[in-house]
Amino acid sequence: MTRFSRVQTVILLAIVLAGTFITLFPLWWLLVSSFTPEKLIFVQSGFWPTQFTLDNYLTGWKGATRVTFGTYFVNSFIVVGLRVVGTVISAAMTGYAFARLDFAGKKILFSIMLLLMMLPFHVTLIPRYILFYKIGWVDSYKPLIVPAFLATQGFFIFLFVQFIRGLPRELDQAATVDGCSPVDIFWRIVMPLCAPAVVTAAIFTFIWSWNDFFSNLIYISNPKKYTVALGLRAFVDSSSGAAFGALFAMSVLSLVPIVIFFISAQRLLIEGISTTGLKG
Amino acid sequence: MEATTALTKATATPTFLARLARFWHKNKYAWLFLLPWFIGLIILDVIPIISSLYLSFTNFDLLTTGSWVGAQNYVHMFTQNPRYIKALSVTFRYVLLGVPLQLLMALTLAMILNRGLPGLAIFRAAFYLPSLMGGSVAIAILWRRIFGSDGVVNQLLAFLGFHMSPPISWVSHPSYNLYTLILLLIWAFGSPMIIFLAGLKQIPQEMYEAAAIDGASHLHSLRHITLPMLTPIIFFNLIMQIISAFQAFTPAFIIGGGSSGGPLDSILFYTLYLYFLGFVEFRMGYASAMAWVLLVIIAVFTAIAFLSSGKWVYYAE
Repeated sequence: MTRFSRVQTVILLAIVLAGTFITLFPLWWLLVSSFTPEKLIFVQSGFWPTQFTLDNYLTGWKGATRVTFGTYFVNSFIVVGLRVVGTVISAAMTGYAFARLDFAGKKILFSIMLLLMMLPFHVTLIPRYILFYKIGWVDSYKPLIVPAFLATQGFFIFLFVQFIRGLPRELDQAATVDGCSPVDIFWRIVMPLCAPAVVTAAIFTFIWSWNDFFSNLIYISNPKKYTVALGLRAFVDSSSGAAFGALFAMSVLSLVPIVIFFISAQRLLIEGISTTGLKG
Repeated sequence: MEATTALTKATATPTFLARLARFWHKNKYAWLFLLPWFIGLIILDVIPIISSLYLSFTNFDLLTTGSWVGAQNYVHMFTQNPRYIKALSVTFRYVLLGVPLQLLMALTLAMILNRGLPGLAIFRAAFYLPSLMGGSVAIAILWRRIFGSDGVVNQLLAFLGFHMSPPISWVSHPSYNLYTLILLLIWAFGSPMIIFLAGLKQIPQEMYEAAAIDGASHLHSLRHITLPMLTPIIFFNLIMQIISAFQAFTPAFIIGGGSSGGPLDSILFYTLYLYFLGFVEFRMGYASAMAWVLLVIIAVFTAIAFLSSGKWVYYAE
Protein backbone atom coordinates (compact mmCIF):
# COMPACT_ATOMS: atom_id res chain seq x y z
CA MET A 1 0.00 0.00 0.00
CA THR A 2 1.03 3.61 -0.34
CA ARG A 3 3.15 4.78 2.57
CA PHE A 4 2.26 7.83 4.61
CA SER A 5 4.48 10.81 5.21
CA ARG A 6 5.98 11.33 8.66
CA VAL A 7 3.38 13.97 9.59
CA GLN A 8 0.51 11.69 8.61
CA THR A 9 2.03 8.82 10.58
CA VAL A 10 2.26 11.01 13.67
CA ILE A 11 -1.38 12.07 13.30
CA LEU A 12 -2.55 8.46 12.85
CA LEU A 13 -0.45 7.35 15.79
CA ALA A 14 -2.06 10.07 17.91
CA ILE A 15 -5.53 8.86 16.89
CA VAL A 16 -4.65 5.26 17.73
CA LEU A 17 -3.13 6.27 21.07
CA ALA A 18 -6.24 8.25 21.96
CA GLY A 19 -8.39 5.28 20.93
CA THR A 20 -6.33 2.93 23.08
CA PHE A 21 -6.65 5.29 26.01
CA ILE A 22 -10.44 5.58 25.68
CA THR A 23 -10.82 1.82 25.19
CA LEU A 24 -8.70 0.81 28.15
CA PHE A 25 -9.72 3.61 30.52
CA PRO A 26 -12.87 1.87 31.88
CA LEU A 27 -10.80 -1.19 32.80
CA TRP A 28 -8.11 0.96 34.40
CA TRP A 29 -10.75 2.88 36.36
CA LEU A 30 -12.22 -0.40 37.62
CA LEU A 31 -8.79 -1.58 38.75
CA VAL A 32 -7.92 1.70 40.50
CA SER A 33 -11.34 1.91 42.19
CA SER A 34 -11.04 -1.62 43.50
CA PHE A 35 -7.95 -0.56 45.48
CA THR A 36 -9.41 2.77 46.65
CA PRO A 37 -11.09 3.20 50.06
CA GLU A 38 -14.86 3.01 49.70
CA LYS A 39 -15.59 6.67 50.55
CA LEU A 40 -13.08 8.02 48.03
CA ILE A 41 -14.13 6.03 44.94
CA PHE A 42 -16.51 8.58 43.48
CA VAL A 43 -14.58 11.57 44.76
CA GLN A 44 -11.15 11.07 43.29
CA SER A 45 -10.35 11.28 39.59
CA GLY A 46 -9.77 7.59 39.02
CA PHE A 47 -6.57 8.00 37.03
CA TRP A 48 -4.28 7.13 39.90
CA PRO A 49 -5.07 5.80 43.37
CA THR A 50 -4.64 8.49 46.04
CA GLN A 51 -4.86 5.97 48.85
CA PHE A 52 -4.25 2.27 48.53
CA THR A 53 -6.24 -0.39 50.38
CA LEU A 54 -7.00 -4.10 50.15
CA ASP A 55 -10.17 -3.78 52.26
CA ASN A 56 -12.46 -4.03 49.26
CA TYR A 57 -11.01 -7.41 48.37
CA LEU A 58 -11.32 -8.66 51.94
CA THR A 59 -14.96 -7.57 52.36
CA GLY A 60 -15.88 -8.59 48.82
CA TRP A 61 -14.48 -12.10 49.16
CA LYS A 62 -17.08 -12.81 51.89
CA GLY A 63 -19.80 -12.44 49.25
CA ALA A 64 -23.42 -11.44 49.67
CA THR A 65 -25.22 -14.69 50.36
CA ARG A 66 -23.21 -16.20 53.22
CA VAL A 67 -21.26 -18.08 50.57
CA THR A 68 -17.77 -16.75 49.84
CA PHE A 69 -16.37 -15.94 46.44
CA GLY A 70 -13.97 -18.81 47.06
CA THR A 71 -16.93 -21.18 46.57
CA TYR A 72 -18.08 -19.31 43.46
CA PHE A 73 -14.62 -19.57 41.93
CA VAL A 74 -14.35 -23.29 42.68
CA ASN A 75 -17.82 -23.83 41.16
CA SER A 76 -16.97 -21.81 38.07
CA PHE A 77 -13.71 -23.67 37.53
CA ILE A 78 -15.49 -27.04 37.82
CA VAL A 79 -18.22 -26.09 35.34
CA VAL A 80 -15.95 -24.28 32.92
CA GLY A 81 -13.20 -26.93 33.16
CA LEU A 82 -15.60 -29.74 32.26
CA ARG A 83 -17.15 -27.68 29.47
CA VAL A 84 -13.68 -27.16 28.01
CA VAL A 85 -12.81 -30.86 28.16
CA GLY A 86 -16.16 -31.90 26.68
CA THR A 87 -16.13 -29.34 23.90
CA VAL A 88 -12.56 -30.08 22.81
CA ILE A 89 -12.98 -33.87 22.71
CA SER A 90 -16.40 -33.94 21.05
CA ALA A 91 -15.65 -31.14 18.57
CA ALA A 92 -12.33 -32.75 17.58
CA MET A 93 -13.99 -36.13 17.02
CA THR A 94 -16.77 -34.61 14.92
CA GLY A 95 -14.34 -32.39 13.05
CA TYR A 96 -12.14 -35.38 12.24
CA ALA A 97 -15.08 -37.35 10.85
CA PHE A 98 -16.15 -34.47 8.62
CA ALA A 99 -12.65 -33.62 7.48
CA ARG A 100 -11.17 -37.07 6.88
CA LEU A 101 -13.67 -39.91 6.81
CA ASP A 102 -16.11 -40.84 4.05
CA PHE A 103 -19.61 -41.80 4.99
CA ALA A 104 -23.15 -41.78 3.69
CA GLY A 105 -24.95 -38.47 4.21
CA LYS A 106 -21.78 -36.49 4.86
CA LYS A 107 -22.74 -33.47 2.78
CA ILE A 108 -26.20 -33.09 4.21
CA LEU A 109 -25.04 -33.56 7.81
CA PHE A 110 -22.30 -31.00 7.32
CA SER A 111 -24.83 -28.50 5.94
CA ILE A 112 -27.09 -29.15 8.93
CA MET A 113 -24.18 -28.49 11.26
CA LEU A 114 -23.36 -25.19 9.53
CA LEU A 115 -27.03 -24.16 9.49
CA LEU A 116 -27.39 -24.81 13.23
CA MET A 117 -24.51 -22.41 13.88
CA MET A 118 -26.78 -19.59 12.72
CA LEU A 119 -29.75 -20.68 14.83
CA PRO A 120 -30.49 -18.39 17.81
CA PHE A 121 -30.29 -20.62 20.87
CA HIS A 122 -33.66 -19.31 22.08
CA VAL A 123 -35.41 -21.63 19.63
CA THR A 124 -34.19 -24.72 21.50
CA LEU A 125 -34.01 -23.04 24.92
CA ILE A 126 -37.45 -23.85 26.29
CA PRO A 127 -37.74 -27.52 25.20
CA ARG A 128 -34.21 -28.11 26.52
CA TYR A 129 -35.20 -26.56 29.83
CA ILE A 130 -38.36 -28.71 29.98
CA LEU A 131 -36.28 -31.81 29.20
CA PHE A 132 -33.73 -31.06 31.93
CA TYR A 133 -36.55 -30.15 34.32
CA LYS A 134 -38.37 -33.45 33.68
CA ILE A 135 -35.25 -35.57 34.30
CA GLY A 136 -34.45 -33.61 37.46
CA TRP A 137 -31.29 -31.88 36.23
CA VAL A 138 -32.38 -28.33 37.02
CA ASP A 139 -30.30 -26.75 39.80
CA SER A 140 -27.38 -29.01 38.96
CA TYR A 141 -24.41 -28.40 36.64
CA LYS A 142 -25.47 -31.14 34.24
CA PRO A 143 -27.47 -28.89 31.86
CA LEU A 144 -24.36 -26.70 31.58
CA ILE A 145 -21.84 -29.53 31.15
CA VAL A 146 -23.48 -32.45 29.33
CA PRO A 147 -24.32 -30.51 26.11
CA ALA A 148 -20.63 -29.59 25.83
CA PHE A 149 -19.77 -33.30 25.55
CA LEU A 150 -22.26 -33.61 22.67
CA ALA A 151 -20.50 -31.08 20.43
CA THR A 152 -23.36 -28.59 20.50
CA GLN A 153 -21.05 -25.69 19.55
CA GLY A 154 -20.77 -25.83 15.77
CA PHE A 155 -18.10 -23.14 15.77
CA PHE A 156 -15.57 -25.51 17.28
CA ILE A 157 -16.44 -28.39 14.96
CA PHE A 158 -15.86 -25.97 12.10
CA LEU A 159 -12.55 -24.89 13.62
CA PHE A 160 -11.36 -28.52 13.76
CA VAL A 161 -12.64 -29.31 10.26
CA GLN A 162 -10.68 -26.36 8.86
CA PHE A 163 -7.56 -27.28 10.80
CA ILE A 164 -7.59 -31.01 10.02
CA ARG A 165 -8.19 -30.35 6.31
CA GLY A 166 -4.91 -28.43 6.35
CA LEU A 167 -2.90 -31.38 7.67
CA PRO A 168 -1.01 -33.47 5.08
CA ARG A 169 -3.03 -36.54 4.09
CA GLU A 170 0.12 -38.57 3.43
CA LEU A 171 0.49 -39.11 7.17
CA ASP A 172 -2.85 -40.87 7.59
CA GLN A 173 -2.34 -42.78 4.32
CA ALA A 174 1.02 -44.06 5.53
CA ALA A 175 -0.54 -45.02 8.86
CA THR A 176 -3.39 -46.83 7.09
CA VAL A 177 -0.87 -48.81 5.04
CA ASP A 178 0.83 -49.74 8.31
CA GLY A 179 -2.49 -51.10 9.52
CA CYS A 180 -3.69 -48.27 11.77
CA SER A 181 -7.46 -47.90 12.18
CA PRO A 182 -9.05 -44.45 12.00
CA VAL A 183 -9.21 -44.51 15.82
CA ASP A 184 -5.42 -44.96 16.05
CA ILE A 185 -4.89 -42.30 13.42
CA PHE A 186 -7.09 -39.89 15.34
CA TRP A 187 -5.34 -40.37 18.68
CA ARG A 188 -1.76 -40.88 17.51
CA ILE A 189 -1.49 -38.62 14.49
CA VAL A 190 -4.30 -36.12 14.13
CA MET A 191 -4.75 -35.05 17.76
CA PRO A 192 -1.05 -34.36 18.42
CA LEU A 193 -0.88 -32.30 15.20
CA CYS A 194 -4.04 -30.48 16.21
CA ALA A 195 -2.47 -28.96 19.32
CA PRO A 196 -2.95 -25.35 18.13
CA ALA A 197 -6.62 -25.98 17.33
CA VAL A 198 -7.09 -27.74 20.67
CA VAL A 199 -5.61 -24.79 22.55
CA THR A 200 -7.65 -22.27 20.54
CA ALA A 201 -10.91 -24.16 21.11
CA ALA A 202 -10.07 -24.64 24.80
CA ILE A 203 -9.38 -20.96 25.37
CA PHE A 204 -12.46 -19.75 23.51
CA THR A 205 -14.65 -22.26 25.36
CA PHE A 206 -13.09 -21.14 28.62
CA ILE A 207 -13.75 -17.46 27.96
CA TRP A 208 -17.30 -17.94 26.66
CA SER A 209 -18.27 -20.30 29.47
CA TRP A 210 -16.66 -18.06 32.05
CA ASN A 211 -18.68 -15.09 30.78
CA ASP A 212 -21.83 -17.16 30.30
CA PHE A 213 -24.51 -15.71 32.51
CA PHE A 214 -27.79 -16.65 30.88
CA SER A 215 -27.70 -20.45 31.20
CA ASN A 216 -26.30 -20.16 34.74
CA LEU A 217 -29.20 -17.86 35.55
CA ILE A 218 -31.91 -20.20 34.33
CA TYR A 219 -30.47 -23.49 35.57
CA ILE A 220 -28.81 -22.69 38.93
CA SER A 221 -30.81 -21.38 41.88
CA ASN A 222 -29.05 -22.67 45.02
CA PRO A 223 -26.57 -19.97 46.22
CA LYS A 224 -24.09 -22.70 47.22
CA LYS A 225 -23.92 -23.73 43.56
CA TYR A 226 -23.56 -20.18 42.20
CA THR A 227 -20.81 -19.54 39.71
CA VAL A 228 -18.82 -16.29 39.73
CA ALA A 229 -21.23 -14.60 37.30
CA LEU A 230 -24.22 -15.42 39.52
CA GLY A 231 -22.33 -14.47 42.68
CA LEU A 232 -21.55 -11.05 41.22
CA ARG A 233 -25.16 -10.57 40.21
CA ALA A 234 -26.34 -11.48 43.74
CA PHE A 235 -23.85 -8.93 45.04
CA VAL A 236 -25.29 -6.20 42.80
CA ASP A 237 -28.80 -6.89 44.06
CA SER A 238 -27.84 -6.86 47.73
CA SER A 239 -25.48 -3.90 47.72
CA SER A 240 -27.72 -1.13 46.43
CA GLY A 241 -25.89 2.04 47.31
CA ALA A 242 -23.24 0.54 49.55
CA ALA A 243 -20.09 -1.56 49.16
CA PHE A 244 -19.17 -0.51 45.64
CA GLY A 245 -15.51 -0.99 46.44
CA ALA A 246 -16.14 -4.64 47.30
CA LEU A 247 -18.26 -5.09 44.17
CA PHE A 248 -15.50 -3.62 42.00
CA ALA A 249 -12.88 -5.77 43.69
CA MET A 250 -14.83 -8.95 42.91
CA SER A 251 -15.50 -7.73 39.36
CA VAL A 252 -11.75 -7.36 38.88
CA LEU A 253 -11.14 -10.86 40.23
CA SER A 254 -13.79 -12.26 37.89
CA LEU A 255 -11.93 -10.78 34.91
CA VAL A 256 -8.48 -12.03 35.97
CA PRO A 257 -8.79 -15.52 34.38
CA ILE A 258 -9.79 -13.94 31.06
CA VAL A 259 -6.83 -11.56 31.15
CA ILE A 260 -4.44 -14.39 32.01
CA PHE A 261 -5.68 -16.50 29.10
CA PHE A 262 -5.63 -13.48 26.83
CA ILE A 263 -2.02 -12.63 27.65
CA SER A 264 -0.74 -16.19 27.48
CA ALA A 265 -2.47 -17.16 24.24
CA GLN A 266 -3.03 -13.92 22.39
CA ARG A 267 -1.47 -15.09 19.15
CA LEU A 268 -3.64 -18.23 19.00
CA LEU A 269 -6.77 -16.25 19.83
CA ILE A 270 -6.10 -13.75 17.07
CA GLU A 271 -5.27 -16.47 14.53
CA GLY A 272 -8.37 -18.35 15.64
CA ILE A 273 -10.76 -15.54 14.84
CA SER A 274 -8.84 -14.47 11.76
CA THR A 275 -9.19 -17.87 10.14
CA THR A 276 -12.63 -18.99 11.23
CA GLY A 277 -14.32 -15.71 12.07
CA LEU A 278 -15.24 -16.81 15.57
CA LYS A 279 -16.97 -14.08 17.48
CA GLY A 280 -14.94 -12.82 20.40
CA MET B 1 -37.95 -67.12 -16.75
CA GLU B 2 -38.67 -68.97 -13.56
CA ALA B 3 -35.11 -70.06 -13.39
CA THR B 4 -33.80 -66.51 -13.57
CA THR B 5 -36.11 -65.29 -10.79
CA ALA B 6 -35.00 -68.16 -8.62
CA LEU B 7 -31.43 -67.28 -9.39
CA THR B 8 -31.99 -63.62 -8.53
CA LYS B 9 -33.71 -64.64 -5.32
CA ALA B 10 -30.84 -66.88 -4.42
CA THR B 11 -28.24 -64.22 -4.93
CA ALA B 12 -30.31 -61.25 -3.75
CA THR B 13 -30.02 -62.04 -0.06
CA PRO B 14 -26.26 -62.43 0.10
CA THR B 15 -25.75 -59.40 -2.13
CA PHE B 16 -27.93 -57.33 0.12
CA LEU B 17 -26.13 -58.60 3.19
CA ALA B 18 -22.81 -58.09 1.53
CA ARG B 19 -23.80 -54.58 0.61
CA LEU B 20 -24.94 -53.95 4.16
CA ALA B 21 -21.68 -55.34 5.48
CA ARG B 22 -19.73 -53.19 3.08
CA PHE B 23 -21.82 -50.18 4.08
CA TRP B 24 -21.15 -50.91 7.75
CA HIS B 25 -17.49 -51.50 7.13
CA LYS B 26 -17.17 -48.26 5.23
CA ASN B 27 -19.17 -46.14 7.67
CA LYS B 28 -18.61 -47.63 11.11
CA TYR B 29 -15.66 -45.45 12.10
CA ALA B 30 -17.31 -42.29 10.86
CA TRP B 31 -20.42 -43.09 12.87
CA LEU B 32 -18.33 -43.86 15.91
CA PHE B 33 -16.70 -40.45 15.71
CA LEU B 34 -19.97 -38.71 14.93
CA LEU B 35 -21.94 -40.40 17.69
CA PRO B 36 -21.70 -37.71 20.42
CA TRP B 37 -22.53 -34.97 17.95
CA PHE B 38 -25.38 -36.98 16.45
CA ILE B 39 -26.94 -37.70 19.87
CA GLY B 40 -26.72 -34.00 20.66
CA LEU B 41 -28.16 -33.13 17.26
CA ILE B 42 -31.25 -35.28 17.81
CA ILE B 43 -31.89 -34.76 21.54
CA LEU B 44 -30.74 -31.15 21.96
CA ASP B 45 -31.51 -29.68 18.55
CA VAL B 46 -33.90 -31.55 16.26
CA ILE B 47 -36.46 -32.64 18.87
CA PRO B 48 -36.32 -29.28 20.72
CA ILE B 49 -36.78 -27.35 17.46
CA ILE B 50 -39.91 -29.34 16.63
CA SER B 51 -41.20 -29.15 20.22
CA SER B 52 -40.64 -25.44 20.42
CA LEU B 53 -42.57 -24.89 17.19
CA TYR B 54 -45.42 -26.97 18.64
CA LEU B 55 -45.28 -25.20 22.03
CA SER B 56 -45.54 -21.84 20.32
CA PHE B 57 -49.11 -22.75 19.37
CA THR B 58 -50.04 -23.70 22.97
CA ASN B 59 -50.36 -21.94 26.32
CA PHE B 60 -47.96 -24.37 28.04
CA ASP B 61 -46.65 -23.07 31.39
CA LEU B 62 -44.55 -25.95 32.86
CA LEU B 63 -47.11 -26.61 35.63
CA THR B 64 -50.13 -27.58 33.54
CA THR B 65 -50.00 -29.50 30.27
CA GLY B 66 -51.31 -26.55 28.30
CA SER B 67 -53.65 -26.62 25.37
CA TRP B 68 -53.58 -25.78 21.68
CA VAL B 69 -54.41 -22.13 21.10
CA GLY B 70 -53.66 -21.88 17.41
CA ALA B 71 -51.88 -18.72 16.30
CA GLN B 72 -53.14 -16.79 19.33
CA ASN B 73 -49.66 -16.18 20.83
CA TYR B 74 -48.41 -14.75 17.55
CA VAL B 75 -51.50 -12.62 16.99
CA HIS B 76 -51.48 -11.35 20.56
CA MET B 77 -47.87 -10.19 20.55
CA PHE B 78 -48.31 -8.06 17.46
CA THR B 79 -51.77 -6.67 18.13
CA GLN B 80 -52.39 -6.56 21.87
CA ASN B 81 -49.02 -6.48 23.58
CA PRO B 82 -47.48 -2.99 23.69
CA ARG B 83 -44.55 -4.30 25.81
CA TYR B 84 -43.65 -6.72 23.02
CA ILE B 85 -43.75 -3.93 20.43
CA LYS B 86 -41.58 -1.84 22.75
CA ALA B 87 -39.09 -4.73 23.07
CA LEU B 88 -38.96 -4.99 19.28
CA SER B 89 -38.36 -1.29 18.84
CA VAL B 90 -35.65 -1.16 21.55
CA THR B 91 -33.86 -4.16 20.04
CA PHE B 92 -34.06 -2.83 16.47
CA ARG B 93 -32.64 0.53 17.53
CA TYR B 94 -29.84 -1.25 19.39
CA VAL B 95 -28.95 -3.46 16.44
CA LEU B 96 -29.43 -0.97 13.60
CA LEU B 97 -27.49 1.81 15.33
CA GLY B 98 -25.00 -0.24 17.34
CA VAL B 99 -23.79 -2.76 14.76
CA PRO B 100 -22.96 -0.27 11.94
CA LEU B 101 -21.17 2.03 14.40
CA GLN B 102 -19.25 -0.88 15.87
CA LEU B 103 -18.19 -2.09 12.41
CA LEU B 104 -17.26 1.43 11.32
CA MET B 105 -15.03 1.71 14.38
CA ALA B 106 -13.53 -1.74 13.73
CA LEU B 107 -12.91 -0.97 10.04
CA THR B 108 -11.38 2.46 10.66
CA LEU B 109 -8.95 1.21 13.28
CA ALA B 110 -8.07 -1.89 11.25
CA MET B 111 -7.19 0.33 8.27
CA ILE B 112 -5.10 2.65 10.42
CA LEU B 113 -3.30 -0.24 12.11
CA ASN B 114 -2.66 -1.88 8.75
CA ARG B 115 -0.64 1.17 7.66
CA GLY B 116 2.42 -0.36 9.28
CA LEU B 117 2.30 1.78 12.41
CA PRO B 118 4.91 0.99 15.06
CA GLY B 119 3.61 -1.10 17.97
CA LEU B 120 0.90 -2.86 15.94
CA ALA B 121 0.83 -5.92 18.22
CA ILE B 122 0.30 -3.84 21.35
CA PHE B 123 -2.50 -1.73 19.89
CA ARG B 124 -4.17 -4.77 18.40
CA ALA B 125 -4.10 -6.48 21.80
CA ALA B 126 -5.42 -3.39 23.58
CA PHE B 127 -8.36 -3.10 21.19
CA TYR B 128 -9.08 -6.80 21.23
CA LEU B 129 -9.20 -7.31 25.01
CA PRO B 130 -12.57 -5.53 25.61
CA SER B 131 -14.36 -7.75 23.08
CA LEU B 132 -13.52 -10.79 25.22
CA MET B 133 -15.17 -9.15 28.24
CA GLY B 134 -18.00 -7.09 26.73
CA GLY B 135 -20.75 -9.57 27.57
CA SER B 136 -19.67 -10.29 31.14
CA VAL B 137 -21.46 -9.37 34.35
CA ALA B 138 -18.36 -7.54 35.63
CA ILE B 139 -18.28 -5.14 32.68
CA ALA B 140 -22.02 -4.46 32.97
CA ILE B 141 -21.46 -3.58 36.64
CA LEU B 142 -18.61 -1.30 35.64
CA TRP B 143 -20.75 0.39 32.97
CA ARG B 144 -23.50 1.00 35.48
CA ARG B 145 -21.08 2.93 37.66
CA ILE B 146 -19.20 4.77 34.93
CA PHE B 147 -22.45 6.18 33.53
CA GLY B 148 -24.15 6.60 36.92
CA SER B 149 -25.06 10.00 38.37
CA ASP B 150 -21.78 10.23 40.33
CA GLY B 151 -19.84 8.22 37.74
CA VAL B 152 -16.65 9.10 35.98
CA VAL B 153 -18.45 10.30 32.82
CA ASN B 154 -20.22 13.03 34.76
CA GLN B 155 -16.97 13.88 36.55
CA LEU B 156 -15.35 14.29 33.16
CA LEU B 157 -18.23 16.44 31.87
CA ALA B 158 -17.99 18.63 34.99
CA PHE B 159 -14.25 18.93 34.44
CA LEU B 160 -14.97 20.13 30.89
CA GLY B 161 -17.41 22.70 32.26
CA PHE B 162 -20.74 20.91 31.80
CA HIS B 163 -22.28 21.03 35.26
CA MET B 164 -25.68 19.42 35.69
CA SER B 165 -27.79 19.78 38.77
CA PRO B 166 -28.90 17.27 39.67
CA PRO B 167 -26.43 15.17 37.65
CA ILE B 168 -28.07 12.80 35.16
CA SER B 169 -27.70 9.08 35.68
CA TRP B 170 -27.16 7.99 32.07
CA VAL B 171 -27.86 4.33 32.84
CA SER B 172 -31.23 4.92 34.45
CA HIS B 173 -32.58 7.77 32.32
CA PRO B 174 -35.12 6.35 29.84
CA SER B 175 -33.92 8.63 27.03
CA TYR B 176 -30.22 7.78 27.35
CA ASN B 177 -29.76 4.33 28.85
CA LEU B 178 -30.09 2.52 25.51
CA TYR B 179 -27.21 4.63 24.20
CA THR B 180 -24.94 3.54 27.05
CA LEU B 181 -25.64 -0.05 25.96
CA ILE B 182 -24.86 0.88 22.36
CA LEU B 183 -21.57 2.38 23.56
CA LEU B 184 -20.82 -0.92 25.29
CA LEU B 185 -21.46 -2.76 22.01
CA ILE B 186 -19.16 -0.37 20.14
CA TRP B 187 -16.52 -0.73 22.87
CA ALA B 188 -16.32 -4.45 22.04
CA PHE B 189 -15.26 -3.75 18.42
CA GLY B 190 -12.04 -5.75 18.75
CA SER B 191 -13.09 -9.07 17.28
CA PRO B 192 -14.50 -7.72 13.98
CA MET B 193 -11.41 -5.50 13.84
CA ILE B 194 -9.14 -8.55 13.95
CA ILE B 195 -11.15 -10.12 11.12
CA PHE B 196 -10.85 -6.89 9.09
CA LEU B 197 -7.09 -6.84 9.70
CA ALA B 198 -6.82 -10.41 8.41
CA GLY B 199 -8.82 -9.35 5.33
CA LEU B 200 -6.64 -6.30 4.70
CA LYS B 201 -3.53 -8.49 4.69
CA GLN B 202 -5.02 -10.50 1.82
CA ILE B 203 -5.21 -7.50 -0.53
CA PRO B 204 -2.31 -7.77 -3.01
CA GLN B 205 0.28 -5.00 -2.64
CA GLU B 206 0.62 -4.73 -6.43
CA MET B 207 -2.84 -3.18 -6.63
CA TYR B 208 -1.75 -0.26 -4.48
CA GLU B 209 1.57 0.06 -6.29
CA ALA B 210 -0.19 0.15 -9.65
CA ALA B 211 -2.65 2.73 -8.33
CA ALA B 212 0.18 4.87 -6.95
CA ILE B 213 1.98 4.82 -10.31
CA ASP B 214 -1.27 5.99 -11.92
CA GLY B 215 -1.27 8.88 -9.46
CA ALA B 216 -4.12 7.73 -7.20
CA SER B 217 -4.40 9.47 -3.85
CA HIS B 218 -4.89 7.66 -0.53
CA LEU B 219 -8.60 8.38 -0.70
CA HIS B 220 -8.80 7.00 -4.22
CA SER B 221 -7.04 3.78 -3.19
CA LEU B 222 -9.34 3.49 -0.21
CA ARG B 223 -12.47 4.05 -2.28
CA HIS B 224 -11.53 1.92 -5.29
CA ILE B 225 -9.24 -0.80 -3.90
CA THR B 226 -9.50 -1.29 -0.14
CA LEU B 227 -13.26 -1.06 0.29
CA PRO B 228 -14.25 -3.20 -2.72
CA MET B 229 -11.69 -5.87 -1.79
CA LEU B 230 -12.96 -5.88 1.79
CA THR B 231 -16.66 -6.18 0.98
CA PRO B 232 -16.77 -9.98 1.55
CA ILE B 233 -15.33 -9.43 5.04
CA ILE B 234 -17.70 -6.52 5.74
CA PHE B 235 -20.55 -8.78 4.64
CA PHE B 236 -19.40 -11.59 6.94
CA ASN B 237 -18.89 -9.30 9.96
CA LEU B 238 -22.24 -7.63 9.36
CA ILE B 239 -24.15 -10.91 9.43
CA MET B 240 -22.30 -12.29 12.45
CA GLN B 241 -22.64 -9.10 14.49
CA ILE B 242 -26.33 -8.66 13.64
CA ILE B 243 -27.04 -12.23 14.74
CA SER B 244 -25.20 -11.77 18.01
CA ALA B 245 -26.55 -8.26 18.75
CA PHE B 246 -30.16 -9.46 18.41
CA GLN B 247 -29.39 -11.95 21.19
CA ALA B 248 -27.72 -9.51 23.64
CA PHE B 249 -28.90 -10.10 27.20
CA THR B 250 -26.47 -9.71 30.10
CA PRO B 251 -25.72 -5.95 29.88
CA ALA B 252 -29.41 -5.06 29.78
CA PHE B 253 -30.18 -7.50 32.60
CA ILE B 254 -27.50 -6.09 34.92
CA ILE B 255 -27.88 -2.42 33.99
CA GLY B 256 -31.68 -2.58 34.10
CA GLY B 257 -31.57 -4.36 37.47
CA GLY B 258 -33.08 -7.73 36.46
CA SER B 259 -35.64 -8.55 33.82
CA SER B 260 -37.69 -5.37 34.35
CA GLY B 261 -36.31 -3.65 31.25
CA GLY B 262 -35.38 -0.39 32.98
CA PRO B 263 -37.58 2.70 33.42
CA LEU B 264 -40.43 2.81 30.85
CA ASP B 265 -39.05 -0.44 29.41
CA SER B 266 -36.37 1.69 27.78
CA ILE B 267 -33.85 -1.18 27.67
CA LEU B 268 -36.31 -4.07 27.39
CA PHE B 269 -34.21 -6.15 25.00
CA TYR B 270 -36.01 -8.87 23.06
CA THR B 271 -34.23 -11.67 24.91
CA LEU B 272 -34.84 -9.95 28.24
CA TYR B 273 -38.59 -9.97 27.62
CA LEU B 274 -38.40 -13.57 26.37
CA TYR B 275 -36.61 -14.53 29.60
CA PHE B 276 -39.17 -12.66 31.68
CA LEU B 277 -42.13 -14.40 30.01
CA GLY B 278 -40.54 -17.84 29.88
CA PHE B 279 -38.66 -18.08 33.17
CA VAL B 280 -40.28 -15.55 35.52
CA GLU B 281 -43.92 -15.92 34.48
CA PHE B 282 -43.38 -19.43 33.02
CA ARG B 283 -45.50 -18.61 29.96
CA MET B 284 -43.37 -20.97 27.92
CA GLY B 285 -45.72 -21.29 24.97
CA TYR B 286 -45.69 -17.54 24.47
CA ALA B 287 -41.92 -17.39 24.95
CA SER B 288 -41.46 -20.14 22.35
CA ALA B 289 -43.52 -18.11 19.89
CA MET B 290 -41.23 -15.15 20.61
CA ALA B 291 -38.20 -17.34 19.91
CA TRP B 292 -39.63 -18.29 16.50
CA VAL B 293 -40.30 -14.68 15.61
CA LEU B 294 -36.69 -13.91 16.59
CA LEU B 295 -35.53 -16.68 14.28
CA VAL B 296 -37.63 -15.23 11.45
CA ILE B 297 -36.28 -11.71 12.07
CA ILE B 298 -32.68 -12.94 12.01
CA ALA B 299 -33.39 -15.06 8.93
CA VAL B 300 -34.92 -12.04 7.14
CA PHE B 301 -31.90 -9.86 7.96
CA THR B 302 -29.54 -12.59 6.77
CA ALA B 303 -31.60 -13.08 3.60
CA ILE B 304 -31.57 -9.33 2.87
CA ALA B 305 -27.81 -9.31 3.31
CA PHE B 306 -27.40 -12.29 0.98
CA LEU B 307 -29.83 -11.05 -1.66
CA SER B 308 -28.32 -7.58 -1.70
CA SER B 309 -24.77 -8.95 -1.67
CA GLY B 310 -24.73 -9.33 -5.45
CA LYS B 311 -24.98 -5.54 -5.70
CA TRP B 312 -22.23 -4.58 -3.29
CA VAL B 313 -20.05 -7.56 -2.40
CA TYR B 314 -17.11 -8.01 -4.73
CA TYR B 315 -15.62 -11.47 -5.07
CA ALA B 316 -12.21 -11.40 -6.74
CA GLU B 317 -11.56 -14.34 -9.01
